[in-house]
Order: sequence, then C-alpha cells, then structure tokens
Amino acid sequence: MIEVEGLTKRYGRTTAVDGVSFRVEKGEILGFLGPNGAGKTTTMRILTCYLPPTEGTARVAGYDVFAQPMEVKKRVGYLPETPPLYPDMEVAEYLEFCARIKGVEGKERANRVAYAIETCRVGDVRRKLIAKLSKGYRQRVGLAQAILHNPEVLILDEPTAGLDPKQIIETRELIRGLGGSHTVILSTHILPEVSMTCGRVVIINKGRVVAEDAPDNLVRRLKGAGTTRIEVRGAEASVLEAIRAVPGVIAAHPRGSHDGIVVADVEAEAGKDVRAELASAVVTKGHGLVGLQQLGMSLEEIFLHLTTADAEEAAPAA
Amino acid sequence: MTALRNIAAIFGKEWRHYFGSPIAWVALFVWTMLFGIFFYFSFSFFLEQSMRIAQQGMEYGGGGGGMKISLNEYMIRPLFHNLAVVALFIAPMLTMRLFAEEKRQGTIELLATSPITDWQVVLGKFLAASGLYALMILAGLINVALIWSYATSPPDWKPVATGALGLFLLGACFLAMGTFVSTLTRNQIVAGILSFCLFLGMWTLGWADDPTSGPVLKAVAYLGITTHLEDLVKGVVDLKHVVFYLSVIAFGLFLAHQSVESQRWRA
Repeated sequence: MIEVEGLTKRYGRTTAVDGVSFRVEKGEILGFLGPNGAGKTTTMRILTCYLPPTEGTARVAGYDVFAQPMEVKKRVGYLPETPPLYPDMEVAEYLEFCARIKGVEGKERANRVAYAIETCRVGDVRRKLIAKLSKGYRQRVGLAQAILHNPEVLILDEPTAGLDPKQIIETRELIRGLGGSHTVILSTHILPEVSMTCGRVVIINKGRVVAEDAPDNLVRRLKGAGTTRIEVRGAEASVLEAIRAVPGVIAAHPRGSHDGIVVADVEAEAGKDVRAELASAVVTKGHGLVGLQQLGMSLEEIFLHLTTADAEEAAPAA
Repeated sequence: MTALRNIAAIFGKEWRHYFGSPIAWVALFVWTMLFGIFFYFSFSFFLEQSMRIAQQGMEYGGGGGGMKISLNEYMIRPLFHNLAVVALFIAPMLTMRLFAEEKRQGTIELLATSPITDWQVVLGKFLAASGLYALMILAGLINVALIWSYATSPPDWKPVATGALGLFLLGACFLAMGTFVSTLTRNQIVAGILSFCLFLGMWTLGWADDPTSGPVLKAVAYLGITTHLEDLVKGVVDLKHVVFYLSVIAFGLFLAHQSVESQRWRA
C-alpha cells in the first residue's frame, strides 16, 4: 500500500530524512518511532504530498507522491501534529468544509460527516466553536477530519500527544479499530503505544531507519544485548574482577551486597548470551553462584539503545 | 466541475470567516458610512453650484434655468475618487489574513494535503475578498439610487455604473496584490502593513504624470492605479483601462500562486 524507497529530504545543508526505505502492507498499522527531530514529521509530510522529497520515491496506493499528488491526496487522510482546525468554526461546520475540499459529493457528504462524528465521538460538541474545545476534543476533531473521505491510508502524526491517559486509551482503541479497513502509519515517541497499537514498528533516528520489525520481535532479537543480574557469594572486588574478565562483558555494575552476597548487573555485547561463561568464571574463582537471571530489555531500552550515540553499531546487530 | 466546487468551498469558508468575525461588519460599516458622508458632501456641493448658476442665470437674464451643470462632473466623479482612497485603506483589512492566518494556525497543511490545487485555493480566497468588496460597493450605491427617486430629471446612469465598475476593478487590484502579500508571512499585521505600503506605491505611481514629464515618467504614470479610473468615472468604458486592471489582478494572483507553491518547495 505504501512503498518508500531511498527517501531523502534536505533543508539547505541539514538532512532531515536520509535514505529512508520501508513498506506498509494493506490493513497494517505501522508505528513510526523516534526521538523528536528524527525526521518522522518530515517523512509523513512527504507521504501526504505536503513536501516534495529531495531524492527517492514514495508511492501511496500505487501512486507516486511526486508525479500524481492529486491521486495520492484523494486516498490519504492526514492528521498533522497540531490538528489543522479553524477556531472560529463549529465542529460540524468544519467537518462539512473538510468534506467539501476532500471531494466528498453532495448526498454522501452528510453521511460521511455523520460517520466521522460518530466514530470519533465528537457528537456532543458538534455545535460548539472549535476555539472552545479541550485539547482532547480538538485531537478527535482532527482525527474525524482525516477519516472523512474514507481514505485507504491514514497518516497520523502523534495522535495521542497532549491527551490525558483515558483519552489516550480511547484514541488507541479508535486507531486499532481503523486498522484493517485502513492502512495506518502513526508516529509517536511514546513506546507503550507502539506495542499496544502497531503490528510493526520502524525506528528512525537522525533521519535513518535503525530498526524495523514487529515490536515483539524487536524485543526478542535484542534480548541478548540486555543485562544479566548475577548474585555471588564472595568478596565484592574479586567477584567483579572475575566477571569483568569474561569475554563479551562490557561492564559490571555492583548493585550492593547483603549477607556476603554481591549483586551485580552485567552488561554484555549485543546479541551475546554470557550467562554460561559468567557462571563458570565465578565458580572457577571459588565463589558461590547464588543467582543468575537475564533481565529482559523493554522496548524503551531498545529504543534508547538504538537512538543514542552508538546507534551505528547497534543497527547491524538489530 | 470539481474545480468550481473546490473554489466555491474555499469561497464559502472565507465568507464564513469574514462574517463570523467583526471584519466584514466593520468593513461594511466604515465603508457605507464614508460612502454616505462623501455622498452627502458632494451632493450638497452640487446643489450649491447649481443654485449659484441658476441665480447667475436669472440675474443676467439668460432666460429659462440658465446653463445646466453636470451631475456626474460635480458629484459622481469626486465621490468615486474619494471612495478609491477609502478602498486603499480597507483592502489590506480584507486580505491580510487570507494566507497568513492559515499559516499561523497550521491549516495550510490541511489545504495543501487535500485534493485541491493551489490555484483553486488562491482563486477561492481572492473571489471571497472581491465578493465582499462588491457587496460593499452595492451597499454604498443605495445612496446614489436615492437621486433617482427624488430627482425631477433622472441623471445619466452610465457614469454611475462605469464608475462603480472602475472602483471595483481598482479595489480588486489591491485585493489580488494583498492576497499575494498575505502568502509571504504568517503574521497578519505584517501582511496588512506591507500590503498598505504596496498599495500606496501603486497609487503614487500615477503622480508621475504631469505635462512636463518625459516618456519614462509617462510610462511610470501609466502604471499608476488611479490613472485608469479617470475615464471610467466619466462614463467612458475604454477597453485599455479594463485590460490594465485585469492584468494587474492576474499578475497579483499569479504571484500569490507562485508564492504558495514555491514555499512548499523551499520549506
């Protein structure tokens, strides 16, 4: 449904998006994850034909965003980071206008507006001025605007930003409900959102894709790079020395000791499981191994791992 | 068809903004009030003059009512000239927010990602502004219509019609240029001030015309916006003046369109 290849966008000398490629299949919900300024919004703006790419191609529903923007725009519903609302209009009036410029014809228009109002639950404010709406309602009106013309593709830029927890859950449910009948790309920097709503996630940092997979797979694949908690009976200094000598161990952080048992978190190289080596190293040194436990890496840690300074090394391992 | 529908949608939205905010009402109020005041003054001036001439006629025994002075020369022409000055001040009010506001609110992103072309947006907005301006002129013409119901010999309607046309075209030039200026900034006030300066510039070009000026100054004066109003308020529809105004309008809209389009390329 969406094919992006080698997409690059330069603003003068800065490169906002650098050779991004990914695909989204019909009915899929793709999470677009990255820190602020990673190039999420720019990529989305290119997909919605708001900005032309500097290099590369993007096809939405089989149409090129550069060559056939009108065809693409007809098939894409877009919710920008700040919902594009006219504060001096009433909700129903605004949606009516949006339906017009999105080419929803006469009779169909009333149906679509009613559908969008119902789906996004803005019925109780339909006669209210947008200026008077709360942040949550504004976001929902923005979402209603995006689904008005029943687009095949929905592109949502941080749809849950600024909402309260209850609204966030509602919005997520709404988006999950839209998946299947629509192909959805949503961007966020809130991680639980991705594992809850998206079938697949693309992690982007500094304009590049650093990882792409299902959220569960990402967690599984990077588990080896996680931390191992080890509990050893013995003197702290010599225990730590033994642990640090094991090949593949990057660092060992003592987490305190009690009753002569040293607790330490061991950081290993990406993709390496060092539990067996740790056990034998400790035992050979004459210490008593009390506990050994792999601490799984949460999506948060993976994300930090991928998007902090050592992103370049982490990417191939992922 | 789609194009017309899209233009109509933008037009409707802009009118909704005009009349949903004080802009349209203030513009209509100020305009009709000034129209009435200028009408009153030029009308009393005309009455004074005709009275004086009639008196002179009797004193010198010219018989009958003496010579007749032209209502158009003494009333319609100065009236429309004064209103052109008012248009100079009101036009920035009508155009300054057209694009600046969309940019500030981020709604330009909605327009740009909807299946509607930049031309349709520009035209819809320009037509909305000119539509409101046309309404203002029509509302003002009610004053003039009073002459017909009270005058014993109704005046010639042609100069009134062509004068109104001229006034409309002159204002529409401002509105087209103002639409362009509004695309340049996200700040309405800046757009308003810049537009006013630009309109003033277009206006003063006409001052280059005086009997001693050479061919260059004559050419400059020809570009002046008021130069072309002269014939129209006299009731003469010379195609070259109409073409001049239409060219300025087309040029302004062209600039606006290029600006809207290119900003996305440079963004």
